[in-house]
Amino acid sequence: MRKDLILHFGALAILLFLELLGVFSDYHQGNFARILVLAAYGIGYNVLFGYTGLLSLGHALFFSAGLYASGLSIYHLDYNVGQSLILAICFSAFFSLVIGYLALRTVGVSFMIVTLMFSQVGYLCILYFGGITRGDEGIVIQQSSRVFLSLDLSDPTIRYYAALIIFSLCLIFNLWIAKSSFGRVLIAIRENSDRALMLGYNVHLYKLFAVIISGTISGLAGACYGILFGYVGASFAAVPYSIFPLLWVLIGGVGTVLGPLVGAIFMFYLIDYASDITDAYMIIVGITLLVVTLYARRGLLGELRYRYFKWIP
Amino acid sequence: MKKNFKNNITRRKLMKGVAAAGSIAAMPGFVRYSQAASSSPIKIGFQVHRTGIGAAYGRWYDRTTQAAVKILNDAGGVNGRPIEIVAEDDGTDPKRGAEALEKFANQHNCDVAFGTLFSHVVIGSAPRAGELKLPYFVVSEGHHVASGMLNRYTLQPGITDVKSQVQAMAPFVKENVGKKVTMIYPDFAFGHDHRDYFSAAFEAQGGEIVGKVPIPPTESSFSKYFPKIPRDTEVIYHVMVGPAVLTFVKELGEFYGSKSPKLFGFIDSLEAVDLNTPGLEFLDGSYFWEGNPRYAQANQTEHDKFYRNAVGVDANGASVSDPKDVSTYAHMFGCWETLHIIKKGMEESGYAGPGDRAKLIEAVESMSNMPLSQAHPQGAKIFNGKTHQTFGHQYITKMTNGKLVLAHTTSIEDTFYPDEVDYTKQSF
Repeated sequence: MRKDLILHFGALAILLFLELLGVFSDYHQGNFARILVLAAYGIGYNVLFGYTGLLSLGHALFFSAGLYASGLSIYHLDYNVGQSLILAICFSAFFSLVIGYLALRTVGVSFMIVTLMFSQVGYLCILYFGGITRGDEGIVIQQSSRVFLSLDLSDPTIRYYAALIIFSLCLIFNLWIAKSSFGRVLIAIRENSDRALMLGYNVHLYKLFAVIISGTISGLAGACYGILFGYVGASFAAVPYSIFPLLWVLIGGVGTVLGPLVGAIFMFYLIDYASDITDAYMIIVGITLLVVTLYARRGLLGELRYRYFKWIP
Repeated sequence: MKKNFKNNITRRKLMKGVAAAGSIAAMPGFVRYSQAASSSPIKIGFQVHRTGIGAAYGRWYDRTTQAAVKILNDAGGVNGRPIEIVAEDDGTDPKRGAEALEKFANQHNCDVAFGTLFSHVVIGSAPRAGELKLPYFVVSEGHHVASGMLNRYTLQPGITDVKSQVQAMAPFVKENVGKKVTMIYPDFAFGHDHRDYFSAAFEAQGGEIVGKVPIPPTESSFSKYFPKIPRDTEVIYHVMVGPAVLTFVKELGEFYGSKSPKLFGFIDSLEAVDLNTPGLEFLDGSYFWEGNPRYAQANQTEHDKFYRNAVGVDANGASVSDPKDVSTYAHMFGCWETLHIIKKGMEESGYAGPGDRAKLIEAVESMSNMPLSQAHPQGAKIFNGKTHQTFGHQYITKMTNGKLVLAHTTSIEDTFYPDEVDYTKQSF
């Protein structure tokens, strides 16, 4: 069996057996459910940044697009979880198409700024239409609305498995992209878009597909986050939630399929443990990130790939 | 068989058994175990804004909490068990707030959770409190608890909510300040609550809202909004929060000079801000809502004096160790009062451990009158167990020679509104 398949399916199997064997305490079970959904968001980000080389500073827009599409449809229209998820996926895909079409008229730093601006517009729209969204306070999705196929998604164990399924789907899809000819074109664009253009590839179209895939995965993660944890709020559309996936990807390994998971776990527990040590935990977090950046410039998994395991996708 | 069994237990055997049981109980390990059950601390998870937009509030919520815990522990704690605070920064962020609750419940085995001010953190955390079945006592003043959007595990017994505060201001403003009001408020949910509840209450009094000026939350300069204030405005009603509040108030003064309409503001615009800061002189003569008067008043109660000393706040509302470190006096009393209510609820319910959380909530739900006392230094309150929300006096102070002097105290009844939910019908 191929090594890359063993690595990724092995990682998923470990995540499954950690739960099946009851290794997780209640606390870590809840943490990992959250991390898996956020890592799915990181995977979405990585498709655009890690594989295509487009650095977005506004991905919270896509995350919150899915979050609000599902949350508002449940809250105002009494959609069930399945319907709201389908709506969130469709809305995120369409939204990504529109934003991608406009933002891809720019490149480099301009692309970063344009995505940041779009994200701010989205954030302010959520606040402005407070009558529907309840603005900064947000809305609570009641436990009774968080049921899928008769399964109560607020139950810690069911929530963990739901998060694992979502993460697994995103990871497998990302793995397929990384190994497909489509993914290789994205990597070619990342390495040298002029050369890819010269070779006859429609670079703009490939980039647009990358934005759509990235935005849709991010939106799906946002929708799942709202449904699994019961809260939809404007803070998820604010700037920090555009920076977090960038951090997860940078720390875990840019352009690696498992990198966002490694980065999300690392960041989550770094903050968690540092806050147990001191109130000034952000100093510890900052110093640790500096050290990682200095000694593992490609991220944790990226450095391993560079030094020892060239085959890691 | 029954007869034989009875006959087998002789007095001698019984005495031996008692002696043996006594010996086992006297063994060092057993003593530790039995004491642990009766004197282990009551752990209260304290969700605190150490970082983020609410940091100034968090600092003073923390000091008030520590002071209250010291007073309670010195008086014997809860049923003889000391209170231990487990503090966790929520970053003034709902996601991190929910994570803090998970940590309290599953990592630290806290008995209850308590905190915090900003509404979005409370609303983002409350669903997890319900799922974790962790009583969550909030000190937020948001209407979210009484509106029915949260759950049976979330209660707000120590501070009144914005809806009751705002509607209680309307009669005073109309009778004493002016009949034509323009409202300036932040353009998000907190500001919208003020806009909606005050407009309705003020118009019900026969007043008129002549202008509404929302300020975007990302704004840092405010002068361009002031020309939107209609000329016939008699009163400017302002309520701003966040790091730019001082700029807002200063620019308002620069815009109007000495010809300003009368001002009525919520102290939120100036919480933790020294009123003697240069540029704020124009506020002299203006009115403020205060949840609890920052300056010690002429009619200061012995309970306020005790509370103020315990927290370390001087007569001007600043830290006794640094007169420039101004407190969030209008809000932070809620931490003090909430902790006293938790203690009372635990003692009345015979709380022994997490298995008694439902009994604790029922005990708090059954509370009603909370008289002015050391436990309630802000004033008497009436708690509504159905809506999980407390109601109490509101204070209107007037800025006079750089100090806020009490001008009016509302009745508790002024703050009442019809119930919007009955949480007691929800199951545990």
